[in-house]
Amino acid sequence: MSGVLSSSIGRKVAMAASAFFLMFFLLQHFAINLTSIFSADAFNELSHFMGTNPAVQFGLQPILIFGVVFHFVMGFVLEVKNKSARNIKYVKNNGAANSTWVSRNMIYSGLAILAFIVLHFIDFWFPEINHKYINVLPEDPTRYYGELVHKFQSPIRTGAYVAAFAFLALHLLHGFKSAFQSSGMSAKRAAKLETVSKIYAIGIPVGFIVIALFHHFNQH
Amino acid sequence: MDMNLKLKIWRQSGANDEGKMVDYSLADVSPDMSFLEMLDVLNEQILNEGGEPVAFDHDCREGICGMCSLYINGEAHGPDRGITTCQLHMRKFKDGDTIYIEPFRAKAFPVIKDLVVDRTAFDRIQHQGGFISVNTSGNTQDANSLPISKHAADEAMDAATCIGCGACVATCKNSSAMLFVGAKVSQYALLPQGQVEASDRVKNMVAQMDLEGFGNCTNTGACEVECPKGISLDNIARMNREFFKANI
Ligand code: HEM
Ligand code: SF4
Ligand code: FES
Repeated sequence: MSGVLSSSIGRKVAMAASAFFLMFFLLQHFAINLTSIFSADAFNELSHFMGTNPAVQFGLQPILIFGVVFHFVMGFVLEVKNKSARNIKYVKNNGAANSTWVSRNMIYSGLAILAFIVLHFIDFWFPEINHKYINVLPEDPTRYYGELVHKFQSPIRTGAYVAAFAFLALHLLHGFKSAFQSSGMSAKRAAKLETVSKIYAIGIPVGFIVIALFHHFNQH
Repeated sequence: MDMNLKLKIWRQSGANDEGKMVDYSLADVSPDMSFLEMLDVLNEQILNEGGEPVAFDHDCREGICGMCSLYINGEAHGPDRGITTCQLHMRKFKDGDTIYIEPFRAKAFPVIKDLVVDRTAFDRIQHQGGFISVNTSGNTQDANSLPISKHAADEAMDAATCIGCGACVATCKNSSAMLFVGAKVSQYALLPQGQVEASDRVKNMVAQMDLEGFGNCTNTGACEVECPKGISLDNIARMNREFFKANI
């Protein structure tokens, strides 16, 4: 493991592997959240299952946390290494002439996502852990929908979520294709992913934004 | 129409000097000059004024040796595509333009003097595997006895057109050398002659690339756009696959 991560290509492939995992998780998370628009019962049922199933709680959840931490720590490591590979900067550099803004600023879109993840943990994850494992409150399988709707009452929080998902879209507009290329997919094949990439990178974040706004404007 | 130009050029007397941008004015530049000819005229002017001419690299002046470098107005080899600096013409600029001229920047390409940088890191990477071993004792096999598909031959030839200029490194926001190393690995990975040493080649060349202090690839694709020989990003993906194969 440390052998692979000590080489530049190894780190690149590991970065892509963690990114694939996160993109798969995001799709799954989106699918569950989407049900909250159509059916409070379905959302409650799925959330109750995810929140109480031991395989999810003690198997998948630690893997997810490791995946997220690995991804942003490796992102920082790469950023530091890459910055130090050019010790004297250009006086004039025209990056826009040959590459996209999103591809050159993955660290900034990533930092915005990280800030969101901290907020998201404070909003949902810490209360959950408190509810289940610290104060061990009685489990009500129908509590999830109400908690979700309540969170999106605040226009500030709703705004922060919308902004965070905009940054996620920027991150994925480059990241989706990049992860395939890092894993060795030829540029010709990766070019065919252009449409899928756009659908995922814009569709998923916009979907999350719609869900947040829906609950914000449908308080009951 | 001859042009009057303002030039901002990086001057640095030696490897340990601090260096700074210095302003020059140059009159009556013909649009038919190459960029390097424009610098020749500037150096003549500086010499006539008793100054130290600007040091810059060049050799063939026809786009095949890879010696001429220069970061011009924020781009490796200047604003044109698919060319080296010696193939850049002054007609790409307008009368009254200000042109920034800097050396290729990377920790692995230290400045020797003014615009001249040390690119021997590329040579050291090549020494680690940019070759094949052939028996030259007198009974060498005829290369044509090995069947090679047209497609593989074309792709290997495309990879082999890399002239080792370093524009990919200079352009990359991470100073990554992966396009260069990808091309050098691919050139042999695509041919039967390259198979015997394939595994050692990719491992050793990548290890040397890392040792020299080049950065990692973020797939921005800037290298491919600025490469004078149009070396494709495919070569980086192929190198990654070769590296994967060699390590499992
Ligand atoms: C937690 C905060 C995050 C940070 C700090 C972060 C940072 C980064 C950085 C710096 C890169 C570029 C790596 C490189 O130079 O090759 C990157 C790549 C990527 N990130 Fe993130 N990221 C974060 C979260 C996410 C999330 C939540 C997702 C997806 C759901 C994601 C998906 C991707 C993808 C697909 C790539 C491309 C991987 C590759 O080039 O191989 N990131 N991230
Ligand atoms: S890959 Fe292109 S830019 Fe890089 S060294 Fe070779 S010819 Fe120059
Ligand atoms: S001087 Fe040889 S390529 Fe420009």
